[in-house]
Amino acid sequence: MTEAATAAPSRSAASAAVRLGGVSKAFGSGSTALLALDNVSLDVATGEFVCLLGASGCGKSTLLNLVADLDRPSAGTIDVGDARVALMFQEPALFPWLNVTANIELALKMRGVPRGERRERAAELLESVHLRDFARKRPHQLSGGMRQRVALARALALTVSAKDGRGTVLLMDEPFGALDAMTRDLLHDEIERIWRERGLTVLFVTHNVREAVRLGDRVVLLSSRPGRVVEQFDVPMDRPRRIDSPEVSSLAAHITDRLREEVGRHGV
Amino acid sequence: MASDTRGTVPAADVAPPGANLQREIAGLDALELAGATRRAGRLSRLWSALWPMLSAAAIGVVVWQLVVWSGWKEPWVLPGPAETLPIFFDQLGNGRFWEAVALTMQRAVVGFAAAIAIGVLVGALVSQFRVLRRAFGSLITGLQTMPSIAWFPLAILLFQLSESAILFVVVLGAAPSIANGLIAGVDYTPPILLRAGKVMGLRGLNLYRHLIMPASLPSFVAGLKQGWAFAWRSLMAGELLVIIGDTTSLGVLLSQARELNNTADMISYMIVILVIGIVIDQLFGVADRSLRARWGMDLDRA
Repeated sequence: MTEAATAAPSRSAASAAVRLGGVSKAFGSGSTALLALDNVSLDVATGEFVCLLGASGCGKSTLLNLVADLDRPSAGTIDVGDARVALMFQEPALFPWLNVTANIELALKMRGVPRGERRERAAELLESVHLRDFARKRPHQLSGGMRQRVALARALALTVSAKDGRGTVLLMDEPFGALDAMTRDLLHDEIERIWRERGLTVLFVTHNVREAVRLGDRVVLLSSRPGRVVEQFDVPMDRPRRIDSPEVSSLAAHITDRLREEVGRHGV
Repeated sequence: MASDTRGTVPAADVAPPGANLQREIAGLDALELAGATRRAGRLSRLWSALWPMLSAAAIGVVVWQLVVWSGWKEPWVLPGPAETLPIFFDQLGNGRFWEAVALTMQRAVVGFAAAIAIGVLVGALVSQFRVLRRAFGSLITGLQTMPSIAWFPLAILLFQLSESAILFVVVLGAAPSIANGLIAGVDYTPPILLRAGKVMGLRGLNLYRHLIMPASLPSFVAGLKQGWAFAWRSLMAGELLVIIGDTTSLGVLLSQARELNNTADMISYMIVILVIGIVIDQLFGVADRSLRARWGMDLDRA
């Protein structure tokens, strides 16, 4: 069920959508420098759903920023090929002065979709997150879960012209962390369906172990301060899974034990 | 660790995706939006905004009348509302009065427009360049607090008794507030939106057009509102100090009424000045509130 971080030869380099090779990231310099990531190597296969799991300070968000090219690594290489990369946060971060459709259309515009096609593409994306009826609403008129689905549609909009065979990498930074449990369960089903329908490659950061097991093909456990890959867990259960199923619970319990062990080393 | 409380359900019973999902999501959406309150109708909103203002005006008139009745000043020095208000309404039918209002408003509009142009230019430059920020940031705030009437001696030396002298002071009064509003707006663009913008590839001009400019709009409107208040004050001071030839402005009417010891006329002009100031301030208030309502900034987002 588990495999060591160093032994992941089954994921061939050829089909990797995201390749991290010895990535380190330090903030600041000199004696006050803070090492956020230390020598992280990780391959994510095309179409794979990988969950990054760790306690506070494991550099999860830093890692996503690096993959999204919002920041540069201090050492190591990051290769996403020619894939389109989109990033989604815990906050919806929608533009409050634009309605739902216009938020998505702006993302399409920035990806070079011609004006004439934007309306239709936006409608299609909204349909896929079940928000077609709310196209004219402003973000503040929606519930937290609905806003997060708009954010998902906007992230998908950033990957639209991937129809030319380019890969599509969706990075998600604790996207459901601020939602209530019922909404989160439904959005798990949603993201799983969309991931499957669109053949996305997903790198999903969370600190919720059950969520990681519910969603991931693979769960990557990171240590904290600095972030290192501690262990990887394949999740063999068939989809769709239930977050409250015994199989998910038992693997989650096992991973939680490892996570606590890791956290405990910082208590001294 | 097994917190599966539904132990009686067989493990094989997993929810089929798709079929129920859409229905469940629609149901949850409907439930979550059900609590949203509808805004009151336009008329009742107007009334709820108006009645406190009308009450305040009524209280003002009552206090004024009480002061007059107290016999503190002779009635020809301080006439009461009963003597003044008819004169005020008379003025509204007077051509010379409307000429004066027109000239004053023309100066206000020109001065305010120039202040916006200069304030936006300075605000944009200062918010953009860190060096300029260090150099001019506190100077702009300092100018904002400087009483604009203190500029008049210099303005009169530079421009003599001319329109330019008045405009100069109006612009100096209003532009710092407008610049500061813009700078604050740019500074307080939420970092999470900036991150989202970066992910979308917003850079350079696009970043300003699609993110920073709209994000700083509420703060900019607040700056305009404050800038207007300063412009209006500076203009009145200017019209009292800088009297040009035979032009007729509200300031000219005001000082002529004083010279003729015509307090009732004087008070009517003051009421007009007050009302114009309030009306325009209210217009900015309406713009500000509708902006905030459209963005959901004044709603409780619990």
